[in-house]
Amino acid sequence: MNLLDIVGPVMVGPSSSHTAGAVKIGLVSRKLMGERITDAEIFFHGSFLSTGKGHGTDRAILAGLLGYGVDDPVIPHSFEAAEKEGLHYTIKGIDLGEVHPNSVKMYLTGESGKNLEIVAASIGGGRIQICELDGLTANFSGDYPTLIVHNVDQPGHVTEVTSMLAHKSVNIATMQLYRKSRGGDAVMVIECDQEVPKEARSWLAHLEGIVKVTYLSIAGE
Amino acid sequence: MYESLNQLCEEEKTTGTPFWKLVQQEECKELQKAAEVSEQEMLGIYQAMRASYEDYEDKLQSASGLVGGEGAKLYKKRMEGTILCGDFIGRVMEKALKISESNACMKRIVAAPTAGSCGVVPAVFLSIQEHQQLSDERMVEALYVAGGIGGVIASRASLSGAAGGCQAEIGAASAMAAGGLAYLQGGAAEDISNAAALALKSLLGLACDPVAGLVEVPCVKRNVLGAVNAVTAADMTLAGIVSKIPADEVFDAMYNIGKHMDEEIRETAKGGLATTPTGMRISEKIVMQ
Repeated sequence: MNLLDIVGPVMVGPSSSHTAGAVKIGLVSRKLMGERITDAEIFFHGSFLSTGKGHGTDRAILAGLLGYGVDDPVIPHSFEAAEKEGLHYTIKGIDLGEVHPNSVKMYLTGESGKNLEIVAASIGGGRIQICELDGLTANFSGDYPTLIVHNVDQPGHVTEVTSMLAHKSVNIATMQLYRKSRGGDAVMVIECDQEVPKEARSWLAHLEGIVKVTYLSIAGE
Repeated sequence: MYESLNQLCEEEKTTGTPFWKLVQQEECKELQKAAEVSEQEMLGIYQAMRASYEDYEDKLQSASGLVGGEGAKLYKKRMEGTILCGDFIGRVMEKALKISESNACMKRIVAAPTAGSCGVVPAVFLSIQEHQQLSDERMVEALYVAGGIGGVIASRASLSGAAGGCQAEIGAASAMAAGGLAYLQGGAAEDISNAAALALKSLLGLACDPVAGLVEVPCVKRNVLGAVNAVTAADMTLAGIVSKIPADEVFDAMYNIGKHMDEEIRETAKGGLATTPTGMRISEKIVMQ
């Protein structure tokens, strides 16, 4: 926590968790897509569902998906903004089971036809966690440049990724590995101290056994 | 970030560096930031606080319809000259209402320390600046003081209603405002610390029990309580009245009380005002909409 977390942030109200956190979930999702989002199916769970209307959680998440930040005066008017900017959306309720009370699941489609399924939670004070990407566990905060690699569970992929990062002088802050089953779908979630260059990510995406490369840029591309 | 107000008092005494500067130096050291950059950021925060008051619209209603127009009513009464609290406190009350109403109506505010308590610090700071014609530079110094106090509370206890109840939001905001105000009235680190202790002591145990789970009832009016309480704490301090329990220990007590609070009164809307018959009726109506 630093001083500007205590006297700050500047944000559109009313709630850091239900409004600012929801904007941030939308915005991180937009950055993960890396392109304009044209379709969003949004499912609110728990407290997001029961008190979201009064907190503007629906408008907040849409504003984020459109690329607006937590202090943008567009937030209360994001239904109109979505219409104008060609973002089609549906908002429904869902029971995601034993997850954080402020959780949301989204199916997103971008202008190139790219798809992303995401589960995220607003965990307090405007901080968020991305919990799942495309059905696989993720667990990252969205505060660091984050590389998410979906691959086939077979030897060598972690080395490919980490040696590429070393080669590009990117330091790893945290790293997590998950898999669905032995030899099945696996995922690496790597939070970095520096941005991962675009050409390195495309190189990675073309390797045998790498299913999908998703990237969160903090600097913005 | 400092973890003790007592330590800040000791360092001010031994180094002669004022409280606000110590807080700034620590921040700049941690984030590798120049002092001028940090001051510009703080000035930006102060200007955003002022805008959150000036942009108030008396016609606005929150999505639930529970909040709107209260600040305008108090302004009218203040203009009539019939406020029992007097003009200065009247101004503080009015600003606290207007800013937290704006928050409920999805306008831009500064979470200080939280969105639910966003009216407290600016209500006190903007009012004293008007009253005594203080420079923005002085106000920025006072913001460092407030931030330093909030940082110590965050490290020893919490700044979240879900973790510590309303005492951790309105209570913490009130302590931050009281310390800043004591500084602006010429107080040294010990006065700042004393004012923070007096302010928070009076709000210990405050539950977070929002009707329908919204940052509206009782949050908006509790911002008035937090702001006015801060002024009384600063006045008592400058009159030489000493808190018998030092600030750091008051913060520790707040942490303990938060731990003893049931989940029902920590932002879940499952207890307190939220589950009164009227609270339940309001909640049902909102959910049906």
